[in-house]
Amino acid sequence: MSGSRSRVIFYTVAAVISLAGLADATYLTVMYLTGETAVCGGSASCFQVLGSVYARIGGIPVAAFGALAYFSAFSFATFAAFGYTRVRTFFALIVCAMFATTLWLLYVQAFVLHAFCRYCLFSAAVTFLLAGLVVAIPPSSKSSTA
Amino acid sequence: MKRYLPFIIVVVVAFVTLASGTVLYRAKRPSVLTIPKSALVSGSGADDSIHVRGPANAPVTIEEFGDFQCPPCGTLSDPINQLEREYRPRLRVIFRHFPLPNHAHAREAAFVSEAAGLQGRFWEMHDLLYREQSVWSKAADVRLLFDSYAGMLGLNVDRFKKDMESEQVKVRVASDQKHGDAVGVNTTPTVFLNDRALAPTSLNPTGLHAAIDAAMNATPPPPQSLLVKPKPPLERQ
Repeated sequence: MSGSRSRVIFYTVAAVISLAGLADATYLTVMYLTGETAVCGGSASCFQVLGSVYARIGGIPVAAFGALAYFSAFSFATFAAFGYTRVRTFFALIVCAMFATTLWLLYVQAFVLHAFCRYCLFSAAVTFLLAGLVVAIPPSSKSSTA
Repeated sequence: MKRYLPFIIVVVVAFVTLASGTVLYRAKRPSVLTIPKSALVSGSGADDSIHVRGPANAPVTIEEFGDFQCPPCGTLSDPINQLEREYRPRLRVIFRHFPLPNHAHAREAAFVSEAAGLQGRFWEMHDLLYREQSVWSKAADVRLLFDSYAGMLGLNVDRFKKDMESEQVKVRVASDQKHGDAVGVNTTPTVFLNDRALAPTSLNPTGLHAAIDAAMNATPPPPQSLLVKPKPPLERQ
């Protein structure tokens, strides 16, 4: 399989994975906006995380920033899959930023709140997968559309 | 065409995300327990904690003396909410605190609901406490969980914590309890229907339905001019 073709596959997979993160983050954002608390039904840990001060930045839910980040990652991955080489850097950068943020949020859950939220863990898994893809994507050769 | 395909895909995904978010928002919004102040009556004085849903001229009034840690009260909470929706605007629901001493966190939970009430979210906290009763009742650090409930409801948590300790909420809960003692309440849930206590055997959806229907049939309908027409923005959504 040529490097170009495998890159297309990698970026396509990354775009699809980003969609899963986008769905998770969008769901949490909407639940926050509606004030729906059943989202955490029966899970004290979930309440502790999503009801904590770390779940918001300036009144805006962290999930909203997550949705924005996942959408950006999806967009960059899509453009990269179609051969727009310049956006590959942006894709790598945003995934690195998301990875760092995820590490911070996992630290907060593990060592500050001592509680984990299932939606946050799902998002962390998605980000780790994206980071893995960034590392695994074959280095680009010359050629570009943009 | 291929050149524009990624733009089209990105735009379509953005549209689908916004559309599905909007649909989800609209679907969930009605279940949110935000009740406009105009549809509620809350005590105005420090010693008056009455919490009412429904019009003042409703022919039937249900007054519940409840304890947030009492399992039967939790079981009864949802049916009462459903009845209120079903019979509106002919039914009025009043909640009063009656925390029992044998429930370790019941009084604290009552303070929690009153502290939320001071930020206009009494009923939201009331329903959340009942729904999550089995979780917080057994929690090692119940205060932490109550604070997170306040955070989930979008309350100012610092103010909530201060209010929890305030005399105002304590006096309000004590006032309800005093009222309960005065009318002979000694267990929870105790439910009065038009000022008459219902038998414990009636405290289930079927029994409440029958009791409300009987009360409605016994009560002459109020003149049309007095009937409050259901206005979605003014009622519990």
